[in-house]
Amino acid sequence: MNAPGAVYNYIEPQLPPHIARKPLLKIVFGDFLSATLTIVAIAIILSILPVLNWALINAHWNVASPAECQDGGACWAFIRAKARLIMFGLYPPGEQWRAVAVILLILAMILASLSPRLWNAKLLAVWATAIGVMLILMGGGIAGLRFVPTSKWGGLPVTLLLAVLSLGLAFPLAVLLALGRRSPLPVIRSISVAVIELVRGLPLVGLLFVAAILLPLLLPAGWTIDKLGRTLAALTIFAAAYLAEVIRGGLQGLDDGQIEAAEALGIPYWKMIWHIVLPQAIQNVIPPLTNTAIVMVKNTSLVLIVGVFDMLSAARSATTDPAWPAPSTEAYMFVALIYFLICFGISLYSRHLELKVSARAHG
Amino acid sequence: MFSSLWYSARLRAWAAQAALVAGVVLFVSWIAGNTATNLAERGIRTGFDYLWRPARFPISESVVTYNPSDSFFWAYVVGLANTLWLSVIAIVLATVLGLFVGLARRSSHPFLSRLAGIYVTTLRNIPLIVQLLCWYGVATSLFPAPREALQPLPGLYLSIRGVYAPSLTLAPTGAFFLMSCTLLFIAAMVAAWRYPRPSSIRRPWLLFITTAAWAVVSVALFKALGTPVGLEFPELKGLNFRGGTTLSPEFAAIILGLTIYTSAFVGEIIRGGIEAVNKGQWEGARALGLSERRIMFKVVLPQALRIIVPPLTTQYLSTVKNTTLAVAVGYPELGLVVNTVINQTGQAIESIMVMLGVFLTISLSVAVFMNWYNARVALVVR
Repeated sequence: MNAPGAVYNYIEPQLPPHIARKPLLKIVFGDFLSATLTIVAIAIILSILPVLNWALINAHWNVASPAECQDGGACWAFIRAKARLIMFGLYPPGEQWRAVAVILLILAMILASLSPRLWNAKLLAVWATAIGVMLILMGGGIAGLRFVPTSKWGGLPVTLLLAVLSLGLAFPLAVLLALGRRSPLPVIRSISVAVIELVRGLPLVGLLFVAAILLPLLLPAGWTIDKLGRTLAALTIFAAAYLAEVIRGGLQGLDDGQIEAAEALGIPYWKMIWHIVLPQAIQNVIPPLTNTAIVMVKNTSLVLIVGVFDMLSAARSATTDPAWPAPSTEAYMFVALIYFLICFGISLYSRHLELKVSARAHG
Repeated sequence: MFSSLWYSARLRAWAAQAALVAGVVLFVSWIAGNTATNLAERGIRTGFDYLWRPARFPISESVVTYNPSDSFFWAYVVGLANTLWLSVIAIVLATVLGLFVGLARRSSHPFLSRLAGIYVTTLRNIPLIVQLLCWYGVATSLFPAPREALQPLPGLYLSIRGVYAPSLTLAPTGAFFLMSCTLLFIAAMVAAWRYPRPSSIRRPWLLFITTAAWAVVSVALFKALGTPVGLEFPELKGLNFRGGTTLSPEFAAIILGLTIYTSAFVGEIIRGGIEAVNKGQWEGARALGLSERRIMFKVVLPQALRIIVPPLTTQYLSTVKNTTLAVAVGYPELGLVVNTVINQTGQAIESIMVMLGVFLTISLSVAVFMNWYNARVALVVR
């Protein structure tokens, strides 16, 4: 309610004050503190130089015999010689095209499912088929493929399969646990809480011990699950507990009105969960979900402790070749590089998704 | 009437829960039955009486005394002590390093923030166990022999046989000296804080003067007691070092790996906490004319701490759990001891139960502490 005849002085819109960018020299040596920090940073960079010297300048990329690697400097020729062992483990050399096919298939499937627009039930079915094809490719025994027991599987395909399968199997389990934890029924809630907190309270190494050593004692004599299957079970349960907590966060962030509206419309519980609750809840927690995915990719490397032959174990066994002089650092750096590429790729993708979601939310 | 029972939500809920309980009970009894049959078939002894039998296996290093004639129970204690020892050192070092990393990432200095960014990204995307094995590989294959040991700091030697550092030597009066110094310091600090200060002296000056007075008294006491505390430096004698403290390559690799890996996460937590404090807090404090450092320590950090502490505790807890990866390089923490006991006795169930019990106890007590802390902090929120 403005008084009639009042005079308003409108302020002309103004641009924000111009702040001149400092010249680099001033930022770097402007005052005492920044000068000190610059010197510290340069000292750190200088202390890395001997490492670069070892890794690049003094390195041996190509040697005629392992003995040439004796005189210090990184021995990258070792990686070249052992690449097959590190990548494929003890998989029969004549059949290694199958392992390559599995790696390519996983990469292709991941590339094909990057766009959130394609996330639907059909994609799930394609993934299930693809994983079945991968297992048949690795194991063989039908369609003219030679049978390869899981004890001979190894290297990168095992790492990738463990990561994809444990996350894929854990996800539905995690949804059930998260829903159970939010359930009004006391028995269901307490069982879910107990499972989640028990698993999250234990180190993964402990669970792997249980799977590798205890599980054969707990199951009837006739049931033999091979070691790969047992470690996969441990990884799955571990992932499920952590994913469940992430999904619970998403459920908590969901507006109650969504559920009330669905109930008012008479939509059955599971339909409501599938079509209304989960799509929104999961969209809210994409960053922590991808974070858990990174953690699980890294965790697959722990299977080394119970003697499953993943990429890291393969690298370790490669370093025991007495013909080469002490090449373990190079081997682990190579494995580290592969893990880094996978995990950094996932985190870049997560950042991209996050931007996309927030762009849609803000119009 | 039956149809109304069929559609009763309460009845359905109770029926579903009863079915679930029955399923769990059946499952557990099935597992228990299987286990009993399997154990009987393989002739494995059960029960915890093995705990008191002599262990008869060596443990390569430990913080509490151990020899192979001690009981299995004591072997577990030794493993647990090593686990906690690793955890405490790694957590303290990682927190200090992580604080620097977090502040460096936030700094406006272009080199430093980029260096810290590369550090964090690299370390967070490589599995810890790969890093541990890599450091162990460096320590056991790239480090030189003791004769040509690397010397990054005076008195600290890196060699293929392990890491040698100066050790503290206590004369008989040493304990007395250390204790009285500590007590004097506490007394001086309390006096400086609590005693009504003359208005002409500013607080930092007062603290400086008190600390200086304390230092003079301590040095006088040091002279009076005739060098009660000394540093013993490792010295090269023949083919190996004598004196000082020796860290095995295993221990050095784990501490280095755990510290560096954890510091990247701690750095991100601290940076996140500081960034989560509302920008208005900085602007308001600047408008009041506070200096940047006072804003950081008096306004921003206390608020950031409330955000930092919960994820930081989770990180500490996972560091404790991560010490089990020391199995991969052969440092005898609890996991490795458990593994050895299983090989020695075959009593896998009991041994793994001990391990799970210990870690559950640690995790749950931390969870209880966290709930207490959150409740306390929540009261402060206005």
